[in-house]
Amino acid sequence: MKAITLIATATLGLFAVSASAQDYPDRPITLIVPWGAGGGSDATARIVATLLEEKLGQPINVVNRAGGGSVIGHTEIANAKPDGYTLGNITTELSMFHWLGQSPVSYQDYTPIGLFNADFGGIFVAQNSPYESLQDLVDALREDASAIPAGGANQGGVNHLAYAALVAEAGGSQAFWVPSEGAAPALQLLTSGAIQAAIVQFPEARALMDAGEIRPLATLNNEREPSYPDVPTVAEASDVNVSISGWRGLAGPKDMPQEVVDSLSAALEEIVASDEYKEFMASRQFTIAFEGGDAFGTYLAERDTQFGDALKAAGLVAE
Amino acid sequence: MDTMMQALALVLNFETIVTILIACLFGLFVGAIPGLTATMATALLVPFTFYMDPIPAIATVIACTAMAITAGDIPSALLRIPGTPSSAAYTDEAYAMTKKGQGAQALGISIVASCIGGIVGFLVLAFIAPMLAKVALRFSSFEYFWLAILGLSCAALISSGGPIKGLLALFLGLAISTIGMDPLTGAPRFSFGSVELMGGLSFVPAMIGLFAIGELLRYQPGQENLVSNAKIRNPFSGVGKILRQYRVNLWRGSLFGTAVGALPGAGGDLGAWISYAMAKRFSRTPQKFGTGHPEGLVEAGASNNSALSSAWIPAMVFGIPGDAVTAIAVGILFMKGLNPGPQLFTQNPENFYAVMLIFLIANLLLIPFGWLAVRTANSIFRVSRAYLNGAIVIFCLVGAYAVNNSMFGVLVMGGFGLMAYVFHRANFPIAPVILGIVMGPLLEQNFLTSMIIARGDLTAFFSRPIAAGLGAVVILLWGLPLVLRLLRLLRPKAAA
Repeated sequence: MKAITLIATATLGLFAVSASAQDYPDRPITLIVPWGAGGGSDATARIVATLLEEKLGQPINVVNRAGGGSVIGHTEIANAKPDGYTLGNITTELSMFHWLGQSPVSYQDYTPIGLFNADFGGIFVAQNSPYESLQDLVDALREDASAIPAGGANQGGVNHLAYAALVAEAGGSQAFWVPSEGAAPALQLLTSGAIQAAIVQFPEARALMDAGEIRPLATLNNEREPSYPDVPTVAEASDVNVSISGWRGLAGPKDMPQEVVDSLSAALEEIVASDEYKEFMASRQFTIAFEGGDAFGTYLAERDTQFGDALKAAGLVAE
Repeated sequence: MDTMMQALALVLNFETIVTILIACLFGLFVGAIPGLTATMATALLVPFTFYMDPIPAIATVIACTAMAITAGDIPSALLRIPGTPSSAAYTDEAYAMTKKGQGAQALGISIVASCIGGIVGFLVLAFIAPMLAKVALRFSSFEYFWLAILGLSCAALISSGGPIKGLLALFLGLAISTIGMDPLTGAPRFSFGSVELMGGLSFVPAMIGLFAIGELLRYQPGQENLVSNAKIRNPFSGVGKILRQYRVNLWRGSLFGTAVGALPGAGGDLGAWISYAMAKRFSRTPQKFGTGHPEGLVEAGASNNSALSSAWIPAMVFGIPGDAVTAIAVGILFMKGLNPGPQLFTQNPENFYAVMLIFLIANLLLIPFGWLAVRTANSIFRVSRAYLNGAIVIFCLVGAYAVNNSMFGVLVMGGFGLMAYVFHRANFPIAPVILGIVMGPLLEQNFLTSMIIARGDLTAFFSRPIAAGLGAVVILLWGLPLVLRLLRLLRPKAAA
């Protein structure tokens, strides 16, 4: 009986809010995730969508538009009608598309609503790898980077960029990057011995770390992760230094009505501060970050410059 | 033993049992309606799970998907409209049985075989999940490439119009799957500047169009005689005898489905196709396949549901989800603090065993609920086919629209419906087309990834032991019939 009552109250609750709410939103909202189901972006977008659904009283349909290194999904968000009924989870890659010549879309094509997460990746190898420490890997890269296939999401993504930066810092030749659609296939390649190193986010690698299948060599954060105090930073573990973070935020197409942006931004701020969100993020070891509205716009502009500089240093910028 | 008792207490309480029953009914309803899919059913359940305790929350997903996948066989057998890509493997066979007046038996077979397959998957999950997951982790892009080829070969070899027409249909499906962005570099292909096409043609509207709309276009008022033939009484009468007769198929299908299902990303869709092909290849009466012969149904039906259970292995052990349903499930697990990973087995074993018990219960419930569904389905034959077709069109529209919430899906569905009609007229099989669309990206991506790793060296596909083994199987599959024919040609000469 308890379950039925719960379901009934939940349904009634949703209807009651929508009936009494003001104009926006008066119908379901679509939230586009430019990455496949099951990855980190998908997970964070789904928790935000769920909590937002409660706040707004309208169903939010999470739609995964994966592929093309997230260009497809990002383009679709930018091209949507700016009425507040199509929103999107924009991710780190947006700071890079135009530098890499993959797509002309940049942060200027969106209405920023709020940043909700910023994560640092780590450098991982298989348990039986000959690289005992990051220094071993750096030495090998210095010798011949083209003999070491590495992976972790798409060509030109933040993980690729971090790896290219590591190779460049080590003074190695061209980095040998094997692109894949997200972290899960890259980890599969790592554990099956098809690639030698992987750059992925810690939450994505955790289950395999616990299982003793892979080892972290270093974190790309500039300080040690509180959840992984034993994992050294790149500077501590080797004679080079690299630190680059990814980010995730909520945005809509350009020129959304200001009052819609304000109400969404306010709702997102409450969500990010809520216990449910904190609990979820802690359970998956995502790092919470928040910048709302215009501040998120400034954050995006800064990221754009930072990634542009890093990409140029790594020799990845399209002419 | 203590943990088992705790697990039992977690499952055998009023809230969990009621939740399972409701989720089963919901899954049954969604699965049995042409055009609505199991993934859609799971996604719709997610908001409700937020208000539940962890175990009932997971129970809803497990019960709902097991039921929806099995219920998808009902329109597949009775209307020739499969609910999932995997049930497309044996749709023609089941429909042929219905035409012979054995529709009830066809459904009875798929339900009982599903139940047994699901339970085998459960046993594997309960006892050797961590071991099997470790093996699955050794599969790289090279092995996945061969697996995809193996599945596609099977589809071509078993299809109704013969291997040549099957291959052509398959290649068309593969060609369609290349529409959209290059999976690795993101370069748009065949998109003609349209963002919709850039995202590719997704398989759900294509499948609904090919099967449901194609079938409706084919319908002629003169076909009413199906109604009297398809009277359904007890779906389970005689099933026991058939399953005993084909017990080898039953166990082979269950075990093979479990093994393939455990591979993230390849899983269930391939399992049913390869199982059906194996049944035909090793059958003593392969000529009976396609004419309403239960042998293939037994094997593919069992494979289907066992893969569904074992798809949870990589998801629970390593947090690597294999398909959309397990991806959603992994999200729920995290949300409820049951983080996937080896610690799920060691730190909270009672939760793990509770999840296992739910698998068992959900699969056992297939029998009574399946019986109920088949009895209810009986009444659809009393409805005039004109009304029935109207209702199917509406559900198809909803299903095609809901995939990406766009009218583009509806257009895709219409286009594929017309194509299916032309295919029927030309006696081309349509099932390989859908397999091509589903498997195309898997094949392409793993081929490209392998080539990048091997720097274009094709011999790399044989440089790893498992890959070489799989490659050899594929070569045997295609080469053996040729060699045998050649030998037969040479033998008279040698004798003379």
